[in-house]
Amino acid sequence: MTQIEVTGRAFVFGDNIDTDLLAPGHLMKLPAEDLARHCLEAISPVFAKSVQPGDFVVAGKNFGLGSSREQAAISLRILGVGAVIAPSFARIFYRNALNLGLPALFCDAANRIVEGDQLMVNPVLGKIVNKTRGETISCKPIPDHLMAMVRAGGLVAHLKSRRGT
Amino acid sequence: MSEASRPQTVSSGLTLAQKLLARASGSERVTPGDIVVVKVDLAMAHDSSGPRRWKPHLEALGARLWDPSRVVIVSDHFVPAVDADSAAILKLTRDFATEQNVGHFFDMEGICHAILPQKGLLRPGILVAGGDSHTPHAGAFGCYAAGFGATDMLGILVTGQTWTIVPETIRVELTGSFGKNVSAKDVMLVLCRELGMDNAFKAIEYGGPGVASMSMDERMVLSNMAAELGGEVGLIGADKVTLDHIRAHGGSVSEADLVWQPDLDAAYERSISIDLSELEPQIALPHSPANSFPIGHALGSPIHQAYIGACVGAKLQDLHMAAEILQGRRTAPGVRLLVAPASSQVTADAAADGTLSILLAAGATLLPSGCGACAGMGAGLLAAGEVCISTTNRNFKGRMGHADAFVYLGSPYTVAASAIAGCVSDPRTLSADMTVPA
Ligand code: SF4
Repeated sequence: MTQIEVTGRAFVFGDNIDTDLLAPGHLMKLPAEDLARHCLEAISPVFAKSVQPGDFVVAGKNFGLGSSREQAAISLRILGVGAVIAPSFARIFYRNALNLGLPALFCDAANRIVEGDQLMVNPVLGKIVNKTRGETISCKPIPDHLMAMVRAGGLVAHLKSRRGT
Repeated sequence: MSEASRPQTVSSGLTLAQKLLARASGSERVTPGDIVVVKVDLAMAHDSSGPRRWKPHLEALGARLWDPSRVVIVSDHFVPAVDADSAAILKLTRDFATEQNVGHFFDMEGICHAILPQKGLLRPGILVAGGDSHTPHAGAFGCYAAGFGATDMLGILVTGQTWTIVPETIRVELTGSFGKNVSAKDVMLVLCRELGMDNAFKAIEYGGPGVASMSMDERMVLSNMAAELGGEVGLIGADKVTLDHIRAHGGSVSEADLVWQPDLDAAYERSISIDLSELEPQIALPHSPANSFPIGHALGSPIHQAYIGACVGAKLQDLHMAAEILQGRRTAPGVRLLVAPASSQVTADAAADGTLSILLAAGATLLPSGCGACAGMGAGLLAAGEVCISTTNRNFKGRMGHADAFVYLGSPYTVAASAIAGCVSDPRTLSADMTVPA
């Protein structure tokens, strides 16, 4: 189970990051761990290599558009991404992310965050502290009961723990 | 389905989506952007999205359905079985329905979205979660009906609830009445062009006198294709037409269900208005519903196949529209006209009222009720280079057979007229000399 408050570095991307950038279609047959190594490589060859557990993906509008493939969110989870922060998300990606244990945070002020900024993010309070810039910006809170599912590692894991199996 | 609707009496600027989600989440009032946990009244899935995906997880969890009486399973994608694999999926689906004591199981009776209203399972106010992207179809009955992926549906089956973000609403106001051979499908092809297909997390709400005068078969086209707009739901408030339809199909409703209406002063993110009397037949060119134009743009493009099928385009009224054009005429040489009614009930009704004989006399081939070629699974697929005009809702590359096939989308009037002429044609001006002498 992950902590509610996460601290890490920001990796910043633009608008319309699609599911093919996150989980390239032609590599979908690879095992999940291998597929994750190619996450976003078409626009950032260094991201998958240098991202550390707890780091954040910060992006522009309509993050995760494209197919319904759950591997887009799974790859980010495998890489240990602490949360995706963007002003808007595609509906299916957003649902998949939370269902798979990856916090996705709606943040209108995401564009104030710069590559490499140190962030402390609290999804329940809807608060992002930018330590590098010394400012606090707000994001849409994820309610407690949904965060319980996210922290359990996603919906299936949550159901398992609730049923004690 | 027992639960009574919670009446909302105060007029206070709420969209229909807000009212429906307030009820489903047990909240006094919800605001766009709120993340709410909602109780599911009806969970629906088909043979492709349902039991075959759930079974292993349910077994691993040692879980059963939270309430089998609220689960609907419809075998419509792989029917009738065309090979051993599809037969195995259908058998697994049947066995699951029996083992889990599923309350509503319909095997080869038609397409899931057509089945829900036909069996009287919908009621204004309820929340329907469907394992299919065209679940918004049921929004025509004043239900909050949205599509969900496999993991979401699994959670719903085990817990009876899910979560959603209260959407902003785009209001579509329809005025006037249709001119000759123009229909709800043409409205949606205009909207795909005007609103685009990227309206995620939005509710589409239809209203106005143009909707009030529409039949339920036509309203369902509006709600169904909210999916093409990218919307979460396609909502229409309940009125007398809604209640009459539900009663006629054995459902239980009361006058209290008429509360499921948006407030007159509801706050919309955006509104768009269409005067139906000025609307022309529309056509979507390959390979997107948003690639649409007034029919004049594509007149004369040759076709090999005309397909009347799918949840959106093969209801009884759709067959009536086609028959109106096909009456006393025959398909052009070299054109195959395929008709796959949305349900076996539609086939029976069309047989009883004479529609079927008109279609068959015109040269139509009758196909089984089910998703068929629309899902790229059943009969009626296309070869490379072939061109089809279709009453379905999507014409993505490769959906209906070969990736190098071309699919145009139009109303049943337009598809039937094109089948007669052998090329994309305007149903309003189909020339009289195409009539077969009696
Ligand atoms: S008929 Fe087509 S659009 Fe409708 S449910 Fe079946 S596959 Fe989907």
